[in-house]
Amino acid sequence: MGDVMLRMKGIDKSFPGVHALDHVDLEVKSGEVHALMGENGAGKSTLMKILTGIYSKDSGTIEFEGKEMEFTTPKEAQDTGIAIVHQELNMMNHLTVAQNIFIGREMMKGGLIDDSQMNREAKKLFDRLNIDINPAETMGNLTVGRQQMCEIAKAISREVKLIVFDEPSAALTEAEIEELFKIIRDLRAKGLGIVYISHRMDEIKVITDRVTVMRDGSYVGTLITKDSTKDDIINMMVGRVIYETPKQVSNVPEGAPVVLKVEHLNAGRLVKDVSFELHKGEILGFSGLMGAGRTETARVIFGADKKESGDIFINDNKAEIKTTEDAVKHGIGYLSEDRKRFGLVIQKTVAENASMASLPDFIQGLFIDQEKEQREAEQYVKTLNIKTPGVDQLVMNLSGGNQQKVVIAKWLIKNCDILIFDEPTRGIDVGAKSEIYHLMNELVKQGKSIIMISSEMTEILRMSDRVIVMCEGRITGELPIEEVTQERIMTAATLRN
Amino acid sequence: MEKLKNNPVVKAIGTQRLVALLALIVIYGVFGLMNPRFATYNTMVNIFDASYYIGFMAIGICFVIATGGIDLSIGTVLTMSGLVAGYLSVNKGFPMWLTIIICILIGMIFGLINGLLVAKMGLPPFIATLGTMMLSKGIGSIITGAQSVTWKSGSDPEGWYRCLFKIKTAGGLLIPTGFVLLIAAAVIMAIVLNKTKTGRYILSLGSNKEATRLSGVNVDKYLVIAYIISGTFAGIAGLAYSTIYSTLLPGGGAGFEMDAIAGVVIGGTSMAGGTGTIAGTMIGVFIISVLKTGLPFVGLQTHYQQVATGLVLVVAVFADVYRNRKKY
Repeated sequence: MGDVMLRMKGIDKSFPGVHALDHVDLEVKSGEVHALMGENGAGKSTLMKILTGIYSKDSGTIEFEGKEMEFTTPKEAQDTGIAIVHQELNMMNHLTVAQNIFIGREMMKGGLIDDSQMNREAKKLFDRLNIDINPAETMGNLTVGRQQMCEIAKAISREVKLIVFDEPSAALTEAEIEELFKIIRDLRAKGLGIVYISHRMDEIKVITDRVTVMRDGSYVGTLITKDSTKDDIINMMVGRVIYETPKQVSNVPEGAPVVLKVEHLNAGRLVKDVSFELHKGEILGFSGLMGAGRTETARVIFGADKKESGDIFINDNKAEIKTTEDAVKHGIGYLSEDRKRFGLVIQKTVAENASMASLPDFIQGLFIDQEKEQREAEQYVKTLNIKTPGVDQLVMNLSGGNQQKVVIAKWLIKNCDILIFDEPTRGIDVGAKSEIYHLMNELVKQGKSIIMISSEMTEILRMSDRVIVMCEGRITGELPIEEVTQERIMTAATLRN
Repeated sequence: MEKLKNNPVVKAIGTQRLVALLALIVIYGVFGLMNPRFATYNTMVNIFDASYYIGFMAIGICFVIATGGIDLSIGTVLTMSGLVAGYLSVNKGFPMWLTIIICILIGMIFGLINGLLVAKMGLPPFIATLGTMMLSKGIGSIITGAQSVTWKSGSDPEGWYRCLFKIKTAGGLLIPTGFVLLIAAAVIMAIVLNKTKTGRYILSLGSNKEATRLSGVNVDKYLVIAYIISGTFAGIAGLAYSTIYSTLLPGGGAGFEMDAIAGVVIGGTSMAGGTGTIAGTMIGVFIISVLKTGLPFVGLQTHYQQVATGLVLVVAVFADVYRNRKKY
């Protein structure tokens, strides 16, 4: 490791309603691979977006090679020698590989773009990285892993001194990760500074020199990788005090029947051989880090995405679920993590939203029986304690918590017995949160069963009767509530197969 | 099929362009067989005549479609350019060189307006250009007092402009100079699209606007340029239309843009943005003008032209969709 190359000090950033970064520090030396770790929402991506000029900071200083810097556009950061390989690939699929690499600084000859020169230069870059990609190939024809290599080639094609890798391995195969690590070691040997964001504990141990841990928008500390254990890092990541008392024992009676059984479900990259059972009256928590495949699993069970193989049983009968309509017929309701996009029609009224999933029950002759619709909706407004002036109020005028309750009403009117809550309290304030929790407890008492996907550790600990942990599309842990600890969940969530 | 797809010739031309080119040859051949008078030199000149205004419009709108946008205004802008410039020439005595410049300039200004509405004010292209379509239609009529305008004839001292598109020699031979202009414009704009930064950034932002912006490209600027190109070529198309058909009717031109869009799409440009081919567009345009010119020769009315164009459009695009189904 060489001298300190980058020093970010006291970086502060607020978004409306969120204090995303609270005086965060980060220091990277040349010839170092520096891991940046933390749970979802810890502020890693925000910090990196400030470093690369995508966001501006509210306060704090960025010192690069001894000079104080102020990046207001991505281009300024690039020109200084800071590059980022984004988690979501930023590629123009219709252009060729070389055209992508040199976008914004094309090589010219006689006033025209010189594609053959660019192809030659791109080839040289790939040779330097020891990878074999045809620069004239259309980007969209490459695999995700290969596209990532192109991103790296693009990054090093500039005078680059510091590269940020934002979860580069998430989409890569084993062999591609090996290739990536080789490239990273090469870059380190050339004296570059590297920031490496990843959730995979094994990778952190293998490739990084130091680890900086963030939690809830704050800086926690920096460790030297080889002197610390996995547990040290995990403890720093989760070390928060839990204010709400976690559930002590499962509320599910012994021998409760299985209402949903999933066997060897496979679909794409993020649902691999998933098997589990859900009991009557149970809240089954699904924990894991972002991109672990929890939502994807839920969507397959709900028929929103196609499964490749595997079986789903409902009340011991094999269920053919190919569309969302099939799922609803089998009594499954899905409350999306993104209410506004997938859960509600916000320009419509409470009553119209509530009846949406069960409209055929409200048809009288040719028309919708609006009186019946209103009556039914009013009843649920009362039982769910939805705060609205009336059932003819537009949903967009309600608060997040009350919107969520309208979605719940929709599935209750449909009489669904299995409810999948995907991040049920995201974007909901504390008061409404405990009401939603109360409601979920009421529902299971009435014999409904709930799958609760949550990225909030406290929520998982407080609500679940049993916890399933996923990582990269596989179930990596199943813990009865009596045995659950934050550390156990985090260990399973960073387990690689 | 797989073998055919990987054939180097097929690969170089592109499946859809090849399908379109074959369709063009087949259609021309069928008309020729059905009526021997069709396959003559003079009919060929007629086909060219019908291709100019569609062709210029199509070259321009190809750039907008490459950005993933649409320009509905080009048909009425064509008419307005022809109307206003013709009106100034005939009623106000403007010299012909100035008339031609004004004709093109009007198109350019509307292109600029469209570009600003889309790029700077964030209007959806469909809405922005629907608005300017209605605007241009109305303004053209207002300026000319809702009167039709007939451009100066070839015998007028200022009738020289007609030689830009067609020359009739003393012996009665027709020389389609407009064809040379159209092909020259096509070649130049193909180079602009594929070999200059402007074209590269237009294709790039059509493929992934955010990624292009993050690469340090001023995407708004190139979006505006795409619409200016489209408008300017609508102005040039106005000149071509006025020269070939002489008379412009106020309120006309709506629907011309659909022929141009059909030409672009038949040629293999995706409406989703990110791709664009001028050569393909030219093939598409000639399919439409062969149909327009040829159907009367076999005793069919214009509505059959629309049926035929619609069929070719759907078949040509389906061929491409089918081929690309597994991609991206």
